[in-house]
Amino acid sequence: MKYVDEFRDRQLAEKLAAAIRAEADPKRIYNFMEFCGGHTHAIFRYGVQDLVPDNVNFVHGPGCPVCILPIRRLDDAIELAERPEVILCSYGDMLRVPASKRRSLMKAKADGADVRMVYSTLDALDIARANPDKQVVFLGIGFETTTPPTALAIEQARAEGIENFSVFCNHVLTPAAIRHILDAPEIDPEQAVRLDGFLGPSHVSTVIGSRPYEFLSDKYAKPVVIAGFEPLDVMQSVLMLIRQVNEGRVDVENQYTRVVTRMGNEKAQDLVAKIFEVRDTFEWRGLGSVPDSALSIREEYAQFDAEKRFEISEKVSREVKSCECPSILRGVKKPKDCKLFGKACTPESPMGSCMVSSEGACAAYWTYRRAETLAEMALEAAE
Amino acid sequence: MNEVWLKAPKVDRRFKADDRVVMAHGGGGRMMAELIRGVFGHHFNNSLLAQAHDVAVMPQPAGRIVVSTDGHVISPMFFPGGDIGSLAVHGTLNDVAMGGAMPIALTAGFIIEEGFPLADLDRIAESMGKAARDAGVRIATGDTKVVERGKGDGVFITTTGIGVVPDHLDIGPHAVRSGMAVILSGTLGDHGVAIMSSRAGLEFGTSIVSDSAALHRMVADVVDAAPGTALLRDPTRGGLSSTMNELVEGRPYGVLLDEASIPVKPEVASACELLGLDPLHIANEGKMICICPPEQASAALAAMRRHPEGRDAALIGQVVSDKPGFVRMTTAIGGMRVVDWLSGEQLPRIC
Repeated sequence: MKYVDEFRDRQLAEKLAAAIRAEADPKRIYNFMEFCGGHTHAIFRYGVQDLVPDNVNFVHGPGCPVCILPIRRLDDAIELAERPEVILCSYGDMLRVPASKRRSLMKAKADGADVRMVYSTLDALDIARANPDKQVVFLGIGFETTTPPTALAIEQARAEGIENFSVFCNHVLTPAAIRHILDAPEIDPEQAVRLDGFLGPSHVSTVIGSRPYEFLSDKYAKPVVIAGFEPLDVMQSVLMLIRQVNEGRVDVENQYTRVVTRMGNEKAQDLVAKIFEVRDTFEWRGLGSVPDSALSIREEYAQFDAEKRFEISEKVSREVKSCECPSILRGVKKPKDCKLFGKACTPESPMGSCMVSSEGACAAYWTYRRAETLAEMALEAAE
Repeated sequence: MNEVWLKAPKVDRRFKADDRVVMAHGGGGRMMAELIRGVFGHHFNNSLLAQAHDVAVMPQPAGRIVVSTDGHVISPMFFPGGDIGSLAVHGTLNDVAMGGAMPIALTAGFIIEEGFPLADLDRIAESMGKAARDAGVRIATGDTKVVERGKGDGVFITTTGIGVVPDHLDIGPHAVRSGMAVILSGTLGDHGVAIMSSRAGLEFGTSIVSDSAALHRMVADVVDAAPGTALLRDPTRGGLSSTMNELVEGRPYGVLLDEASIPVKPEVASACELLGLDPLHIANEGKMICICPPEQASAALAAMRRHPEGRDAALIGQVVSDKPGFVRMTTAIGGMRVVDWLSGEQLPRIC
């Protein structure tokens, strides 16, 4: 497969691994956060950590849109789906995410709610066209990558006068979340993880460019390397980060030059800005309230905003007690530190969101590194 | 085996293009008899069916009897490279063959939804008849039921196969030993991707066709070339990963695969990239895994490669004593990972 196989080449991987071993200072520990779940998945899917020395650690960040959607918003989505006039459309990953009282969209569907899995926002528009007597609500989730398609659907619905379509908007913003993680040590120094640099998002950066990360080097003195999602991209980016750390540089570098530019996709940015505005604050599962970290639909497009079209009840939403997703999403704990991991919580019966999405850290450990993780857990229990 | 194929009996096959199955076609009366004779009898015709009896009587063969049954509910019913009819034949023949057996006969049960086009039913029966004839296996007896509109989804077909396994073969998870070779008969994921490409809402242009095929002749050659064969499996639903995990669960051995040597067609790999799927999780309907002693591996490989459905056969891993109960894989870049069961369902109604 052209343009993919080249980035999974074993000989090149071995060369990069040798360079990383040669350049990583054995007296140092390198903690790099990969913000994106896509990177977490690639690291585990290809066993990248087997090719880097033990003092190079991957800290898994909260960049998994399924994982960070607060349980309250999911409860709201289920309430919308249960309205008899509503067809709720969602990307497939959301269907199994556990909500309060062990509910999920999939269970709501089994109980009779009309929940449909779609691959594209435009499929949701098709469903709206085909069901004029129903209200079609698209559950919009994701980072800057999935926001433009949602914007496009709203634009299209307005152009065509499709009145039975709306979006339950949960789109979130990457740079605000990274800033929040870096501010966290001041809030709770006990829980701080020392981060030496970031593997910057790849797909998100195709849309927003590399410029929005410049505050990281300017204000927080943290190196950033925008990295592609293939295993060799990750390895090359790790090498670039090690060099920055060793040389005492703090730059925003771009490894993913084949797609990402400094300014990003300005057309997409303009479309998003036309339809969405930044919320003052938004709750993230694991991070709590994060200022300026999410989008809502502008007043001019209010007719397409499900939060305005429907009355959504006030409710008290509860996470499963002892689920460590919040600490895992901040990189403070590893999945093996959770009492539920692999016992009460597996991909078949997830208790927390990190076990649901293939991009979640718990699912990655369980799916790709279970043999090693269970052995480690047994050893720790014995001690 | 001395096969007897009869000429088509003279029956009324003058149904019109828009004729549909009605409840009376399953009611036990004249209409049912005409449907059975005109469609199933016409396409399946053979000496066993021609006994026109509630049972098929056949001579007792030498060796041990193998029996297997499989329901087929695939959607869409017609897909690139096959249809529910050929799949219902291949699927069950392969289950029988994975016992190391040579299949001798099939039975077929049809559950048809009221309103189903007769022309489609005829096309399915024709395809079943052809698949059975090509495989040299007779459809010996069958059953037809019609359910009310909305109580089914077109046609569901359950086939049961019987076969004979030679006395000297000992095939099953108990016979598998650490150090044995794991051989795959060809490319992974063709069937699942072909189904996906033709499914409503997901249509994408591809030249991929289902690998649906009967494997018993290849099996016969493989067990002949590698008489120490310990296990045969067809990686259908859940793909190679589920087949391998089923094998090692609770056993004193594990499996170590080598990603670089697992054959996947570039078109299938691309579709998987696009849809975020793992080819190891995708269904196959014409592939098999053979686990045999390492010294017989090259003979087994050569035997597979003599058959068109085994021409891409490859040695993809080995049975190991390290990390028993786990399927692991050396990744393309040389890392290590667990190969997990497919979680949840990847695609509904794939076979």
